[in-house]
Amino acid sequence: MVLPGVLQPLAGGQSILTTPADGAVTVGWLLDSVTGTYPVLARRLRDETGALRRYVNIYVNGEEVRRLRGLETEVSAGQEVLIIQSVAGG
Amino acid sequence: MGCMNASESFVLAIGTKKGLWLATSQDRKQWSFSGPHFLMSEIPSIGIDTRDGRTRIMVGVRSEHWGPYVAHSDDLGASWTEPEQGAIKFPEGTDAAVERIWQIYPDAESRPGVVWAGAEPISVWKSTDGGDHFELNRGLWDHPHRSEWGAGYGGAAAHSIVVNPSGDDVHVAMSTGGVYRSLDGGTSWEPRNKGISAYFMPDPNPEFGQCVHKIAADAAVEGRLYAQNHHGVYRTDDNAENWESIAEGLPADFGFVMLTHPRRAGTAWVVPLKADGERIPPDGKLAVHRTDDAGATWKRLDSGLPQSEFNAVLRDAAGVDSAEPAGVYFGTRGGAVYASADEGETFAEVASHLPDVLCVRAAVVAGAPVAAGTPK
Repeated sequence: MVLPGVLQPLAGGQSILTTPADGAVTVGWLLDSVTGTYPVLARRLRDETGALRRYVNIYVNGEEVRRLRGLETEVSAGQEVLIIQSVAGG
Repeated sequence: MGCMNASESFVLAIGTKKGLWLATSQDRKQWSFSGPHFLMSEIPSIGIDTRDGRTRIMVGVRSEHWGPYVAHSDDLGASWTEPEQGAIKFPEGTDAAVERIWQIYPDAESRPGVVWAGAEPISVWKSTDGGDHFELNRGLWDHPHRSEWGAGYGGAAAHSIVVNPSGDDVHVAMSTGGVYRSLDGGTSWEPRNKGISAYFMPDPNPEFGQCVHKIAADAAVEGRLYAQNHHGVYRTDDNAENWESIAEGLPADFGFVMLTHPRRAGTAWVVPLKADGERIPPDGKLAVHRTDDAGATWKRLDSGLPQSEFNAVLRDAAGVDSAEPAGVYFGTRGGAVYASADEGETFAEVASHLPDVLCVRAAVVAGAPVAAGTPK
């Protein structure tokens, strides 16, 4: 999972977080796994109901997951997942 | 706290749409600023807690991208701490998420460590550990009126919390819902809006549903509170059982700010705006109005304020300090901040061209200023 620069301090300065998995997983599972030791990072991405924050976009294979199956979108082993904040604000 | 002495100084915290600025001063004339802290995040709430022999600045932070959280600093902004597990978050089973933290309110000296918070969606929270962790007030969250409360333009929030320092009374104001009172420290809540108009509803005198913009307690008269309403300025002398209008003598009864004196009975400040449909200072001339007789009369205060100003002052964009005489501070949506060291008789602009000012708080703190800053 590739983090934008602004979030990297919340993951100990890492730009890429990886996790072992047996086969395909979901985006939600991946988020749970890679942010488990970074609770502040976890809250920046999802609210306390588990919903993805409105202006946080997650891309799998170049597709934003809201256009796929949301947090249920499948991720294969070795696949790169990008987190990018949307263009928003005034 | 009364008169200043040489070992005290002032802290001014300015929360804006795009970050927080902090300023320190020893005379309330020359201010040294640091900031922006939390650049690109809005700061709608600030609490300065001077109990326990320390100065803790707590802020409600909200990023459009990354959501809301509470952070605090015990070194005047040199460093900030965000509790790892989050200070305010809805418990499982509520199916709710915090949208914005509207109020952070340190309780009385007699209850050290207790801090209250108000949030959107409409909710009240209480911390007993100095703001590291807050618990949801279930009495208000589970209140049977909840489904009938509405959202003001800024969102559906509990934006005012007033706690009786010598008793268990707690008053909360919400937009829209009005004033709710608890006599048991927050366990149970009842609406207390008799006399406050809700002219925008079919029944203009409902039990609840009023759009109260801000409430504040009189410092010296127990059971006396003041309210700036969505049209209407009110006072109660019986702990919110009945409210009566004190708007006569003001140029307009619309506005958001309600401040009370830190010690003196009967003194309050408002910043009138022309009307719901014209949210600007009347005639484009910014002025604070102060009463020293609990609303019987009002005095216009505009010395040092600009001749022309068309920006509004939001509900929490004003505060007082506890010095003698009390300082009065406020900021506009145009990013100007004004300070008075003489209870509003004269103002000076202490900051300008900031983003929209959302929250202003000031305090007298022990010791000389230590925060890094640049003189204005």
